[in-house]
Amino acid sequence: MIATKTIPDFSSPVHVDQVGIEERASRFTKRSIKNETKVNGLKLALNMIDLTTLEGKDTDGKVKQLCYKALHLHDSYPGLPTVAAICVYPSMVKVAKKALGDSGVKVASVATAFPSGQAPRDVKIRDTKYAVQNGADEIDMVISRGKFLQGEYNFVFDEIAAVKEACGEARLKVILETGELVTYDKVRKASDIAMYAGADFIKTSTGKISPAATMPVTLVMLEAIRDFYYKTGKKIAMKPAGGISKSKLALHYLVMLNETLGEGWMNNEWFRFGASSLANDILMQLMKQKTGVYQSANYFSID
Amino acid sequence: MAKTLESRLEVLKTYKLYIGGQFPRTESGRYYIATNAKGEKLANVCLGSRKDFRDAVVAARGAFGGWSGRAAFNRGQILYRIAEMLEGRKAQFIDELMKQESTKVQAENEVNLCIDRLIYYSGWCDKFQQLFSAVNPVASSHFNFSVPEPTGVVAAIAPQNDSLLGLVSVIAPIIAGGNTCIILASHTKPLCAVTFAEVLNSSDLPGGVVNILTGKVSELVPFFADHMDVNATAYCEGDAVTQKMIKEKSSLNVKRVVLYDKVKWADATGQSPYFIMDFQEIKTTWHPIENIGGAKAGY
Repeated sequence: MIATKTIPDFSSPVHVDQVGIEERASRFTKRSIKNETKVNGLKLALNMIDLTTLEGKDTDGKVKQLCYKALHLHDSYPGLPTVAAICVYPSMVKVAKKALGDSGVKVASVATAFPSGQAPRDVKIRDTKYAVQNGADEIDMVISRGKFLQGEYNFVFDEIAAVKEACGEARLKVILETGELVTYDKVRKASDIAMYAGADFIKTSTGKISPAATMPVTLVMLEAIRDFYYKTGKKIAMKPAGGISKSKLALHYLVMLNETLGEGWMNNEWFRFGASSLANDILMQLMKQKTGVYQSANYFSID
Repeated sequence: MAKTLESRLEVLKTYKLYIGGQFPRTESGRYYIATNAKGEKLANVCLGSRKDFRDAVVAARGAFGGWSGRAAFNRGQILYRIAEMLEGRKAQFIDELMKQESTKVQAENEVNLCIDRLIYYSGWCDKFQQLFSAVNPVASSHFNFSVPEPTGVVAAIAPQNDSLLGLVSVIAPIIAGGNTCIILASHTKPLCAVTFAEVLNSSDLPGGVVNILTGKVSELVPFFADHMDVNATAYCEGDAVTQKMIKEKSSLNVKRVVLYDKVKWADATGQSPYFIMDFQEIKTTWHPIENIGGAKAGY
């Protein structure tokens, strides 16, 4: 546990240089990554994906199909890594856990009245415990954005801490829903609150709100992680989610990660992509590199 | 005017690509200068790259669902609209053809023929299906019928000499049948192709249904033939080596390969519903029915 006195005063304002962040984020998109480097980068990105299905219409069959896809991304390309995890609703955790078996692919579950988070705390805690008891390795919680925007930072802090406690062994990802926080200042403050309250991951978005993850927002959060690491020596993982569906963009994110946090974060323990259609785009790019021929979605599994 | 007409520098138009209803410059940043037979500069033209082609295929694939799903009658209306717009810009096309070694009479004839050809295929849009469909007799309680359906995304290399008529004659039957396409225009005579793209863009044709590239045939042909998301390739020249290469590379995803090296586009034989059928697949459906012979309800 972090001693109380090391927790900063969240009521004091934080300032993020908006112009500077956006400039810097756009620089990361200018790197040229070709051939073997590209292939390695793509494989790494593939290995960092949390393959996600979070629909009201999800069924056992849909989840089983997604788990099969996680284990057999593209069988005609031998030696591919698997994705990092499957991300589902709590009610689907049991199905996913059984389908994945001992493959090493983790099961992540959203919880705490995802995606709005508008529920009493005891409901959120039960939601979390239910997912953990069903075998979830990771919990993706949402913060109470309404309370945060009202300035009730202690409420948000306590809630994250309480959910962290309910997680037990499971790693906790805290979704800030940056699209609803609007400014970088607020994103930075929410990141700090989440990390000090015990988050293992901070995550940009639910994927239900536009804009979802953007490079500048992710950069603000990566810098928050870096500063937290310098202050406390504790590593926090990052997960941008939503809106990352092209492999080129995924490579830009990896460049940003490497140049902001360094190689220590360049694996799926410390970085994830929350995405569903990104996997197929990466597979198509890998097949293009391997065969020299532009690919068609017809020859890949359905997302 | 401050300067006399003679001392004014002429502004040469840069002819850009037409991809997904937009006119982007080539991703590669390369250009070439189109000249007439005397070697005089006519225009700056984009030297398209394989990545431009890749982007065009994405645009064509994206547009396919909407275009093939439209009522055939509506496709006919849009083809008619293209003809109307072409009629309105006749003078510009005649001027461009004359810059590229046509006489005035030849140029006028060619543009007129293009307009008529578009009207011709406009009419066929909702009629060829009836001609080429069939109800098949089968020995079971099924209603069995075969209908043509569009092949998908077609990549075509337009005729190098008939720079306008050839282009229009290749594009019209492809889109009349509900396909979307990527066309590589004539390398030496690209002016009309890009101006035709401007006509398409102002005539209700959804973006991405027709994508027009300019560039070197030898550089781009391999990608036209081996892209896995292209369903058919058309080639209009007689070069046997290239034809063989196209056939070989097309076998990768069993593309339909159509060779138009012997077609005389200016003839009456240059238009026919069979050109539409070159890019159609016959789909047969077995629909279970009650026993017709017994003529009794089964429930």
